[in-house]
Amino acid sequence: MVLGRSFEDMCAQMYYRGKMFGFVHLYNGQEAVSTGFVKCLKPEDYVCSTYRDHVHALSKGVPARAVMSELFGKATGICRGQGGSMHMFSKEHGLLGGFAFIGEGIPVATGAAFKTKYEREVLKNDKADAVTVAFFGDGTCNNGQFFECLNMAALWKLPIIFVVENNLWAIGMSHYRATSVPEIWKKGPAFGMPGIHVDGMDVLKVREVALEAVARARRGDGPTLVECETYRFRGHSLADPDELRKPAEKAHYAARDPIIALKKYLLESGLVDETDLRSIDKKIDEIVEDAVEFADASPLPPRSQLLENVFADPKGFGIGPDGKYRCEDPAFTAGTAQV
Amino acid sequence: MALNKMFGAIRGRAPSQKLARISSQMQSPSSLRSFCAAAKEMTVRDALNSAIDEEMSADSKVYLMGEEVGEYQGAYKISKGLLQKFGPDRVLDTPITEAGFTGIGVGSAFYGLKPIVEFMTFNFAMQAIDHIINSAAKTNYMSAGQISVPIVFRGPNGAAAGVAAQHSQCFAAWYGSCPGLKVLSPYSAEDARGLLKAAIRDPDPVVFLENEILYGEAFPVSAEVLDPSFVLPIGKAKIEREGTDVTVTAFSKMVGYALKAAEILEKEGINVEVINLRSIRPLDRATINQSVRKTNRLVTVEEGWPQHGIGAEICTSVVEESFDYLDAPVERITGADVPMPYAANLERMAVPQIEDIVRAVKRACSRSARGK
Repeated sequence: MVLGRSFEDMCAQMYYRGKMFGFVHLYNGQEAVSTGFVKCLKPEDYVCSTYRDHVHALSKGVPARAVMSELFGKATGICRGQGGSMHMFSKEHGLLGGFAFIGEGIPVATGAAFKTKYEREVLKNDKADAVTVAFFGDGTCNNGQFFECLNMAALWKLPIIFVVENNLWAIGMSHYRATSVPEIWKKGPAFGMPGIHVDGMDVLKVREVALEAVARARRGDGPTLVECETYRFRGHSLADPDELRKPAEKAHYAARDPIIALKKYLLESGLVDETDLRSIDKKIDEIVEDAVEFADASPLPPRSQLLENVFADPKGFGIGPDGKYRCEDPAFTAGTAQV
Repeated sequence: MALNKMFGAIRGRAPSQKLARISSQMQSPSSLRSFCAAAKEMTVRDALNSAIDEEMSADSKVYLMGEEVGEYQGAYKISKGLLQKFGPDRVLDTPITEAGFTGIGVGSAFYGLKPIVEFMTFNFAMQAIDHIINSAAKTNYMSAGQISVPIVFRGPNGAAAGVAAQHSQCFAAWYGSCPGLKVLSPYSAEDARGLLKAAIRDPDPVVFLENEILYGEAFPVSAEVLDPSFVLPIGKAKIEREGTDVTVTAFSKMVGYALKAAEILEKEGINVEVINLRSIRPLDRATINQSVRKTNRLVTVEEGWPQHGIGAEICTSVVEESFDYLDAPVERITGADVPMPYAANLERMAVPQIEDIVRAVKRACSRSARGK
C-alpha cells in the first residue's frame, strides 16, 4: 500500500514537471482494495483493470521501474512505451490491461475466467484453476457490459470476482445522481451470485472478503460481486480540478486513510514498532527514487518500433510493389519503409 | 503437385519469382475448369461448415460462440452438426449480448484459446465494435507484442434481400481502415474454405465478412481445395478472369456480378480482367497495380457506401503507384449513398446491378486520349 501511495505521489510530481503526459489517473486512497485482493492471488491468477491501473500493476508484481518507464514513454516500460498510463499489460504477471473505456475490461476478464473453465473441461487440465479479478468503478455499474457479464459469469459458473471500487464519483458525477439503486452489491443476487459490501478503506476487512471470494471461485462455485466502499483522495485524473466534491466529504475519508489506519493497528497490537515502519517507508522511497532515475535514464523507443507489433504475424502489412511481403523489406524494421 | 505444374504452364506471366511462387499456389484460371472433369460442387455454406469442422478437429483450443450456433444449428445453418460433433463446451449458444460475449471471446484469446465469434450479421457487431477494435485489434500493439489475439469474427455482411436499413450495411470499409485487424471477404466456396482456415490459424484478429446470399450458391471445387490442409494466403487477391482492356476489382457477391458483366462485354469486344480482392486488409495493391499497368483502365465495384469506401482506397493506390499507366479516370461503382430502403424496386436501385457495371466499363473504355 505504501508503495502504491508513494508511487502515485511521485507520478503527480513527475506529471507537473512534464515528464509524464496525457491522461494520468491516480489511485491515492484506494490502496486497500488493490492490496487486499491482489495479495490473495497466486502468480498464475489474472487481474484486469481500468485506466486507474498503476497500483494494480504494482500489486500484481510488475516492477516499479517498468511502470514508471512506461509512464515516461520509454522503451524500457512494461509495454515498451506503447501503452502508457492507461494501458498496462503484462503477460508474465497476468495483468490483462489497462482499458480506457469503462466496462471494457469486464468482458475481457470474464473471458480469462472462461479460459480457465475451458482448460479444465475441454483440454482436461485438472491443474487449471486460475482465478480472475476484475476491478472497476461505480460508474461502470450502470453500463450494459457489466450486466451482460454478471449474467454470463453466473450462468456458466466462471471463476471470477467482480470488484467494484465504489469511490462515489465518476469524474464529477456523483454515484447517487447516476444510479437508480445505489447499493451495487444488491445487483449480484439478481443475477444469481453473492453480493458483498465491505469497507474498502480497511485492508484487513477487504482481505477477509477476498480470501473467501477467491476460495469460492477456485473451488468452482462461481462468481462473486464485491462492492468496496472507498474514496480517491485526488481528482479523477491529474487534469481534474476536483471542484465538485465537498471538503467535508474529503475530510471524512481522509480520516479513514487505509495506510494510517493499518499503521495504527500494527503499532497498537504490538506487531511492529516505529522503527520498522520507518524502515519500510525508507525502503519504498528508495524504490520509487530508483524507478524515476531508471525511467529518466532510459532511452525513448527507436523509430522502428512504430510499425512493430501491429500484428503478431507481420505479413499482415501485405505485399509490396516488388511482390515480396512488406515486412521482409530490410527498411521495414528501421522504420523507414513506406507502408 | 502435378496440378500446380499445369497452372504454371497455362499462365506463365508473373514477373518476379516470388510472386509466381505465391500465385501458383492458389490461382486457378477459369480455363482450368475444363481440366477438372470430375470436379465436385460445394456451396459456400458447406465450405464454411467444413472449414470450421476441420479446424476444430485439428486444434482443441478452437471453439465457436455466437447466437443460435448450437441447438438451432446456426442462424444461417453454417454451424450445422457442430454441436452434435463437438459438444456444448466447444459450440456455445450465447445470450443476446454482443458486447459481453465478444469481450469474453477476446479475453479468452489473450491467453491462448482460439475463438470463432459468430455475429448473426455484422450489423449486430456494431454493439461489440469496441471489443473488435479496442480490445482485439489494438492489444498486440498496446502491449508491445506480449499479448496477441488469435480470434476470428465472422458473419454475413452487406445487403441481403428486403431486410431494410439496419440489416444491410457493408462494413468492409470501416474494418478495413483499422490497423491491427486483418479483413477478409470470400466469394466462392474455395475462397470460403481457404480463407476461413487461414483466418482460424492466424495469430491476429481477423474480421471475416461473408454474404448471406452467397451461402446457398454452389461452386466447383478441386480435390486440392477439399484437402484438410488447404489454406489460402491472407493478403493475396485472385485474378478470376484474365483480360486486356480494363481491370474490374470486386469482392464478395460483386465478383459474381462482375464476371457476368464481363461475359456480356466480351460479346461487344471488350476484354475485362476481373480481380477478386479476397483480402480487404491487407489490400493486395501489388496485384491491382500490376493489372492496371497491363490494361490501363480501372473500375472498382462494391456494395457499400461511396464515401471513404474500398473503391476510394483502390483508386488512390493506383493513382499513387501507377498514374502514368492510366488512360482514363478510375470509375467507382458503389451502393447508393442512402440507408437501405425496403421497397423492392428502391432496393434494386440502391445496390449495384450487372447493368451498372457494364455501363461503367463502357464509360471507362470510351474516355481516353487514344480512343480505344
